[in-house]
Amino acid sequence: MSKLLSVSGLKVGFGRGDALRPVVHGVDFDLAAGETLAIVGESGSGKSVTALSINRLVDYGGGRILDGRMDFLTAGGAVINLATASDRRMEKIRGGEIGMIFQEPMTSLNPVLTIGEQISEAFRLQRGLTGQAARAATLEALERVRIADAARRLGYYPHQLSGGMLQRVMIAMALATNPRLLIADEPTTALDVSVQAQIMALLAELRRETGTGLIFITHDMGLVAGIADRVMVMKEGQVVEQGPLDRILDHPDHPYTQHLLKAVPHFSGGRHVRRDHRRASAGETTPTLKVEGMTVRFPATAGLLRRSIGAIHAVESVDFDVMPGETLAIVGESGSGKSTTARALLGLVKPSRGTFSVLDERPANRRKPVQMVFQNPYASLNPRLDVESLLAEPVLASGERVDAAVRARMAALLERVGLPANSIRRYAHEFSGGQRQRLCIARALMVNPAVLVLDEAVSALDVSVQAKVLDLLIDLQNEMKLAYLFVSHDMAVVERIAHRVAVLYAGRIVEIGAAQAVLSSPQHAYTRRLIAAVPTMERRREIFELDTATIPTLLRPPGYEPPQDHWRVCGEDHQVRIEGDPYKDQNHVADARR
Amino acid sequence: MNYLIRRLVTFPLVMFGVSVLVFVAIRLVPGDSITAMLGTEAGLLTPEQRQSLAVYFGLDQGWFSQYWRWLSGVFSGNLGISVTYGKPVLDVILERFPLTLELAVLAMVIALGIGLPLGVFAATRNEKRSDLAVRIFAMIGQSTPSFVIGLLIIFALSAGFGILPAMGQFVPFLEDPLGNLSQLILPAMTLGLSFTASVTRISRSAVLDVLGDDYVRTARAKGAPKARVIWRHALPNALIPVVTLSGVEFGYLLGGAVLVEQIFALPGLGRLVLDAILQRDYALVQGSVLFVALNFMIVNLLVDLTYVMLDPRIRLGGRA
Amino acid sequence: MKAFFQSLLRHPSGRIGAAIVLLYIIVALLSQAGLTPYDPLKQFRIERLQGATLAHWMGTDMFGRDVLSRLMIGIGQSFLVAFSSVGLAAVIGTLLGLTAAWFGHLWDGLVMRLMDVLLAFPAILLALLFIAVVGPGTFTSILAIAFVYTPIFTRVVRGPALSIKTRDFVDAARSFGSSTSYILTRHLMLNLVAPLTVQVTLALAWSLLTESGLSFLGLGTQPPNSSLGLMLADSVNLMEMAPWLLIFPALAVMLGILGFNLLGDALRDILDPRMRRVVA
Repeated sequence: MSKLLSVSGLKVGFGRGDALRPVVHGVDFDLAAGETLAIVGESGSGKSVTALSINRLVDYGGGRILDGRMDFLTAGGAVINLATASDRRMEKIRGGEIGMIFQEPMTSLNPVLTIGEQISEAFRLQRGLTGQAARAATLEALERVRIADAARRLGYYPHQLSGGMLQRVMIAMALATNPRLLIADEPTTALDVSVQAQIMALLAELRRETGTGLIFITHDMGLVAGIADRVMVMKEGQVVEQGPLDRILDHPDHPYTQHLLKAVPHFSGGRHVRRDHRRASAGETTPTLKVEGMTVRFPATAGLLRRSIGAIHAVESVDFDVMPGETLAIVGESGSGKSTTARALLGLVKPSRGTFSVLDERPANRRKPVQMVFQNPYASLNPRLDVESLLAEPVLASGERVDAAVRARMAALLERVGLPANSIRRYAHEFSGGQRQRLCIARALMVNPAVLVLDEAVSALDVSVQAKVLDLLIDLQNEMKLAYLFVSHDMAVVERIAHRVAVLYAGRIVEIGAAQAVLSSPQHAYTRRLIAAVPTMERRREIFELDTATIPTLLRPPGYEPPQDHWRVCGEDHQVRIEGDPYKDQNHVADARR
Repeated sequence: MNYLIRRLVTFPLVMFGVSVLVFVAIRLVPGDSITAMLGTEAGLLTPEQRQSLAVYFGLDQGWFSQYWRWLSGVFSGNLGISVTYGKPVLDVILERFPLTLELAVLAMVIALGIGLPLGVFAATRNEKRSDLAVRIFAMIGQSTPSFVIGLLIIFALSAGFGILPAMGQFVPFLEDPLGNLSQLILPAMTLGLSFTASVTRISRSAVLDVLGDDYVRTARAKGAPKARVIWRHALPNALIPVVTLSGVEFGYLLGGAVLVEQIFALPGLGRLVLDAILQRDYALVQGSVLFVALNFMIVNLLVDLTYVMLDPRIRLGGRA
Repeated sequence: MKAFFQSLLRHPSGRIGAAIVLLYIIVALLSQAGLTPYDPLKQFRIERLQGATLAHWMGTDMFGRDVLSRLMIGIGQSFLVAFSSVGLAAVIGTLLGLTAAWFGHLWDGLVMRLMDVLLAFPAILLALLFIAVVGPGTFTSILAIAFVYTPIFTRVVRGPALSIKTRDFVDAARSFGSSTSYILTRHLMLNLVAPLTVQVTLALAWSLLTESGLSFLGLGTQPPNSSLGLMLADSVNLMEMAPWLLIFPALAVMLGILGFNLLGDALRDILDPRMRRVVA
């Protein structure tokens, strides 16, 4: 195989003069035609900057190539150095020879142009096609990424399509002119697990069909295993290790690679669940949190007069309980109602019906026995308050004064969650993401709660930070006998922390039981599909199945009541919903409409 | 389409508020309206004459019925009689309006014609010397009250060339295009300069903002050349704040530029309102202020229509 | 605080703007303390309509009054009106905008439609209407300008308040059970300080502009008291004979407004994190 791209001594920096800040310090790698290289690293590793340097988009972000060569073999057979090529030349290479797809499909497409106009622009710019020829080519490009009803979709604007659909449009656009190299910068990070699986499958198929080289940027080792031929691991702007996929995954040399592979959560089909808690049988202990028939419906309106057309059944009669010292993970994809369930427990949304009770056996319990840690530690701390004020808020809110005892508790908790003692006078922006989330945990613990609701509490963090925060959470739980309700979409993280798992789909629990049982032998069709979509280390270069099932609408006509639940018990602690006749359900909807 | 309909619904609501505000403001003027209307001559009235005048103007009735009479008059195009001009208020307003409208249009043409390209140019030359020059120009332009600009222009012309701007009777464009333009060019430039400055500033910052968006990067990744990135991808997304600002400024100019009309001695709407206030011609104040507010609201509606054309997200609503 | 002033002084337009504003504030204070070169009302009969001399740096007007002294008094007068009116508008507007955003529903609708009504008039026309009702004068101009700019503050506060309301830290506060007054003061207001500071600075520029216009028309400060607009109005018929009567007040108005505009721009750059885009 011939070399498609050969990068040597690449250095990239931002700013000029005294303010020059080098970000990439000398990267070398080769890519053969048709080969896939995965660049793996966490935020700040320089992986994205490296990618953006190859097609020189980095120039427009304030960056500059300081040194090094990037020799690229063009379709015409000439070798040119991309590091020094003129802007004119680069315009022909970008799009023509090197395509690129980005992390956020929602913002990466122009909101005021139809997707047809945006794809055909690629043909127009690189092939000079216009009119009917461009339209035909665009249609073909959309069909190639398996978009059904492509002719009609051409006239759609980006906001009318889902994230997964838009990412396919992006891929169609990047591959429109058969580039010899495709750069994918975290293309699935913003998407749900099952959509991620579809996009990965599509990428793998298209790569085979077109023989294009692929540079795949990611933080997720599980995805790497599925698609890469070679792997390059980056940290703080430097390459720590590179080599063939199997060698890197099975015999990593560098401690950082070993850390990424071992310490970081990876999904392993329920083999590594926690075993530090035995669920007491009913009657032996009373649960700390008991939720019965929790239902949240939002009124839905339409038209100018905001006529009621029914309700969004976001959460539909959900029951579960959590024992002291136990973690129940609620898993599901966006729109499944998992966050709404969590927010209902905190009083942030009003349940339409259902009850929950919290039993706190300890003396001197405070008014709010349920506390919550939010997903985004950057948004959940008021930037204008210092740490002392942040930690004081729950105390003040429960009607108490901040006295010496409270201050002592602040100091103790800060130390316990691993923050420096001098933190108390600092502001949120002075801390890293992981530290902020520790701060949020300390804040939630200030009033000594019995239940901690963790809403995607580690999703916004870097993978290696995730592991440390999870360890902290596990230690705290064991010390304080806290009950955790852990809401997450990330199966790998769930496997690390959950004792039990409840799978939420379209607002209802479809399966619930011991983590080991649910993750290793899922019974419900949806759970199976969800788990099959999770990338793992074991499945190397596997071809995923293209599955385009979508979540059914949650909008129900006024007065609609869902049919009675039926459950099948399939283990000591494992239950699965038996789905009724789907046609019957549909008729019901139709009746109510009439 | 819902968006536009919703705006249409609030239109009469706001107009109703405007009419109440104007009506109440006039009634709040200290002293009784008849004295205010007739000035010193009011002293000569007998109580009987006073009473019959009050009945004639409906002033003997409650505020509510007075308002109702006025409002029903407004709907049939009857804004009352101006005391100073001895003519229907509407006629007086419509006499003045063509000048105001032409001045506003000229100022906007100047502002968009110069400000928009200048702002876009400055955005693409971010932080370079030419950008700095544009920003200084815009900053000074925005910081100078238009009547000061007008005074300085008049001063420069008379001191430097010994010419005075054409003043006096308004010459309609259709009758004498050249005379009309030579009359209006200076005031239009005066108004246009501050307007240009604001358009330049807002289009520069809007384009700069949009140039950092993800889809602009996508366009570059497709190999789109610089000019195409700016005109095809960035500008359409940056136009909304520019349209908003231009709409507001244009709408306000339709209310007459009191100060600039004063300086150039032009008989526009602004001076009409000012004179009406100074001469306590309340029917005229009431009518002209309502007219100005109506103009502004109509311009606002046109701006909303432009949003709908510019942004499919507003046009088509959320995901179907 | 220290870091804030440092970055303000590092910002090129912030430096110039702050210097101009500081100079004007000093001049305004001096004039209010009576520390002008001459009594601004004293008429030097023999020195009428004189250009700049060593005795009268900016010349004298048609009554032989010292222009510099009158200019200083005028600046003091304009600043008095500008600061009082903007202060008033900011307090009322913030209160309305904050409560409209937080309580929403009927109150929000009522407040915002009322503001729409006020915004349907050009600023100077609304001020004129106000003065028609209350009568001309310094105090009236303060009220009139405050009246005109209240809707702008209401909008400027309501927008960010609505977005802060949906931020996670407000949800967190609600999940602790914090009281509404605590959330409004500690979470919303504290985060609105930055946009408000920017807006207040820019509003000071507009208010200077409106004030000079009103007194130019003879509806603001009344003679024999002095203000920049009044001085400009007096210069109109004499500009060929005595250009200094036009030039100095014109420059004084421009520079004052420019100072606040520059400062406001710099504050926006420094305080508004949206503009500080982090490059990937």
